[in-house]
Amino acid sequence: MKIFSTHHRIIGFGYLLISSIAVAVGTGLSLVMRLHLTWPDWSLPLHGPVLPEEYLALVTMHGTLMLFFVLTVAPQSGFGNLILPAQIGTRHMAFPRWNAAGMWLMLVALLVLLSAFIVPGGAPIGGWTAYPPLSESSLAGPGQGFGMDLWLASITLFGIAGTISAVNTLTTIVKLRCEGMTWERLPLTVWGWFTAAMLSVIAFSVLLAALVLLFCDRHLQSGFFVPANEWINGVMIPHRGDGSPLLWLHLFWFFGHPEVYIAVLPGMGLTSMVLANFARRRVFAYKLMIATTLLIGLLGILVWGHHMFVAGLNPFAGTVFSVASLAIAIPSAAKVLSWIATVWGSKSKQIRLTTPMLFALGFVSLFVTGGLSGPILAQPILDEYLHNTFFVVAHFHLIMAMAGVFGLLCATYYWYPLMFHRQLSEPLGKVHFWCTLAGAYATFLPMHLTGLGGEPRHYAQLNGIVKPANDLLSATMPMQRHITYSALLLAVSQVFFFWNILKTARQPSMTEENPWQATTLEWAPQPADEDELIRVYREPCQYGARGESFSPQWKPEIPLQHEAE
Amino acid sequence: MTLAVANTPGHGWFLPRDAALHGPALDTHLLLNLWIVLGLAALAHVLLLAGLAVRRRSEGTSVAMQEYLPLVVLIAVFGWLAVRSQQLWSAQRYVGAAPEAMQVEVTGEQFAWYFRYPGEDAAFGQTKFSLISAGSGNPLGIDPVDEKGKDDIVTSQLVLPAGREVDLTLRSLDVIHGFSVPEMRLKQNAVPGQASHLHFTPTAPGEYAILCTQVCGLGHYRMQAVLRVVTADEFETWTKTHEVQR
Repeated sequence: MKIFSTHHRIIGFGYLLISSIAVAVGTGLSLVMRLHLTWPDWSLPLHGPVLPEEYLALVTMHGTLMLFFVLTVAPQSGFGNLILPAQIGTRHMAFPRWNAAGMWLMLVALLVLLSAFIVPGGAPIGGWTAYPPLSESSLAGPGQGFGMDLWLASITLFGIAGTISAVNTLTTIVKLRCEGMTWERLPLTVWGWFTAAMLSVIAFSVLLAALVLLFCDRHLQSGFFVPANEWINGVMIPHRGDGSPLLWLHLFWFFGHPEVYIAVLPGMGLTSMVLANFARRRVFAYKLMIATTLLIGLLGILVWGHHMFVAGLNPFAGTVFSVASLAIAIPSAAKVLSWIATVWGSKSKQIRLTTPMLFALGFVSLFVTGGLSGPILAQPILDEYLHNTFFVVAHFHLIMAMAGVFGLLCATYYWYPLMFHRQLSEPLGKVHFWCTLAGAYATFLPMHLTGLGGEPRHYAQLNGIVKPANDLLSATMPMQRHITYSALLLAVSQVFFFWNILKTARQPSMTEENPWQATTLEWAPQPADEDELIRVYREPCQYGARGESFSPQWKPEIPLQHEAE
Repeated sequence: MTLAVANTPGHGWFLPRDAALHGPALDTHLLLNLWIVLGLAALAHVLLLAGLAVRRRSEGTSVAMQEYLPLVVLIAVFGWLAVRSQQLWSAQRYVGAAPEAMQVEVTGEQFAWYFRYPGEDAAFGQTKFSLISAGSGNPLGIDPVDEKGKDDIVTSQLVLPAGREVDLTLRSLDVIHGFSVPEMRLKQNAVPGQASHLHFTPTAPGEYAILCTQVCGLGHYRMQAVLRVVTADEFETWTKTHEVQR
C-alpha cells in the first residue's frame, strides 16, 4: 500500500487514522477533566496536580479535537472517501490530487494543534469558541500567546483542508454519478454528505476570514474584534480600529452552528439507510427525508444567534433567532417520525437486530433525547438561566457528540466487511453497544440536573471556593462523582470494540459479497473488468412485501413489487 | 402547576431557590417545557421499542397520518411554547427599567466584580483606564476631576434593597465576562467597549452567589461576588455608612 496515494480508499483510511488519534487524545483529556473536577487535589501521574489554567487548556483542546478532528473529519472525509464513490457508482473522486493534499494538510493541522501542549505557556485556555479579547492578547492568560497562535494556525489549515474535501465531495456527487443514478435514487447517506459539504463550503470560508482578522488583531494591532483602547491585565493596548468582540461571535457562530450539523448529518443519512436495510423495508417517506435533510441544512445557517441570546444582542434579534431555531424541531421531528415508521412492525423472521442496526437505533434514541432539550435552549428567557451551564453541555454531548459517535460506530460495524473483508463479531458488538449506550446516558443525562442546579461550564473547581457560590456549586459534588464513574465506564466499554477488531483480524478473509443483503451500490460485486460500465436500475431499499426478497440497485431484472410510499 | 423549588440555597440537582420578581414565571415556564420534553422523549422511545415488538401488518400507511398529522400537533405545541416564552422575554427585555429604578454599574475584570453606586447626585463620574489602581482604592479609574464621581460608591459586594427595581449597567474592563445570579434567574454578558443593561427586582432578603459564566481566563472559576439583598431600612443604613466613609 502506497502512503502517498491519491486513491480515495487510502485517503479515507488516512482520515480515519487522524480521527482515531484525535479521539484517543480527546477522550483522555476529558477523563483528566472529570477526575480533577471530582477530586481537585488529585495528582495526574507524571505531572502533578491539575492547575486551573491547565484545566481550561484541557477543555479547549478536548473541544477542538473532538469537534473538528473527530466529528467533522471522520464521517465527512473519512467515510465520505471510503464509501461515497462506490455508493454513487464511480471509481474515483473528482479531484484525487487535491483530495490527497487535503488529507495531508489535515494531518499537519492535527500535529500543529497537539504541539500547543509542549510550547511555553501551554495550550490555549479560551475554549474552542476562542472569544476575543481573551483569545486576542497574550496578556490575557497562559496559553494565549504561542499556544493560541498554534491553535489559529491549526484551525486555518483545518478550514482549508475541510474546504478542499467539501468541494471534492460536491463535485463528485454532482458530476460522477453513474448511469441511472438520478437524484431521487441517491441513498440518504449521500444526501447527508452532500448537504454537509454545502454547509462546509459556506461555513469554513467565513471561519477562515474570521481567523485571519483575529490574527491581524493579535499581531498587527488592527481592531476588528477589540475596542480601540484595549486594557488587559493592567496594560493599555492601542488598536487602529474600534471593533467589537460581538463581531467575532457572529462570524464564529455563523460557522459554528452549521459545523454541528456537518458533524451529525452524515450520521442521520446512514441511520436512515441502516434502519431500512435491517427492517427490510423502504425508508418511510423517502422524498420527505431528502427534503428535511436539505431543510435542516438551510435552517442550520440561519440560527447562529441562539448562541448569543445573553451576549449583548438587541433583544428583538433574540426573538428572531429563537423562532428560527424552534423551526428546526419540525424537520428533525419529521425524521424521527420516519425512522419510527420505518422500523414499525419489526417482529419478523427476516428482521435481525444486528450490531449496526442497534447502533442506528441508539442514534435515534440519542438524537431524540439530546435533540429535545434544543427547543428549551432556543427560548431566550430560558437560555437566560441555562446558558453556559451543564444543561447545555448535556444537550450537545447527547445530540452531537454521542449521536455522532453512534453514527461512526454504526458505520464501522456496517461497512467493516467492505473496509477489511471481515465481519466483526456480533456477540462482542452487542456487548459493546449496550455498555456504550448505558455509559453515554449515565454520563450525560445527570449533567442536565447539575446544569439546572446552576453549574457553569469551564469551572476548574466547584468546591473550595468562596461562599455563597460554594454552597450553590459544591452541592453538585455527589452527582459529579456519579458522572465521573460513568465517564470511566463509557471509556472502558470501548475495550470490547478493540477486542473485537483484534479478534476479527486473526480470522480468515470473508468471501461473502453482500453479508447484510443491502440494496445500495457499494455492496455490488466487484467486476472483473475495471472499465466495465456501472449502472443502477432503481431506487435503493427495494424489498419484497414481507422483506424476504430484495432488489439491489445494480441488478438489471424487473424490480419486485415494492411497498407503497 | 406547583413548583418543586425548595427555599434552600440549592441541592445540586435542580433549580435553586428563586428570589426575583420575574423568577416564578420563568420557573413555571421552564418546568412546563421540561415536562413536555420528557413526555415527548418517553413517547418517542415507547413507539420505537413497540415498533420492534409488534408484527408487521399489511402495508398502506399514509404519509399524511404518520408524518404530517403529528407534525401539525408538534408545530402547535412548540408554537404555543414560543409565544409564552416570547411574552416573558419581551416583558423583561423589550423595555428598559422604570425611570425610578435604582442605578448600579457592574464592572467585570479578571477576576473580580466591582459595583458602583452613583451616590446622591444620581450620576456616575467619568472613568479612565490610566487612573485604574486597585491598590490605592480606585479599581475603576474614577476621574477625581469629575464632580459627578466624587460621591460614587464602589464596592465588591452588590447590596440591594428587596422589592425595588434595579437597573444594572454591565461593563467589562478587559475580556468578556458573564454576569450571572442563578437565584435571580439572570444572566447577561459584560462586553468590553459596550454597556449592556439588565433590570430586575429582588424579592427575598438573603445572600446570593454572583458567578462569572463566560470563560475569562485562569481564575474564571473563582470570579465570584455576593449579592446581599436587605430590607429597605437596612439598605438606608448601609448607604449612609458608605457616605460617611467617604
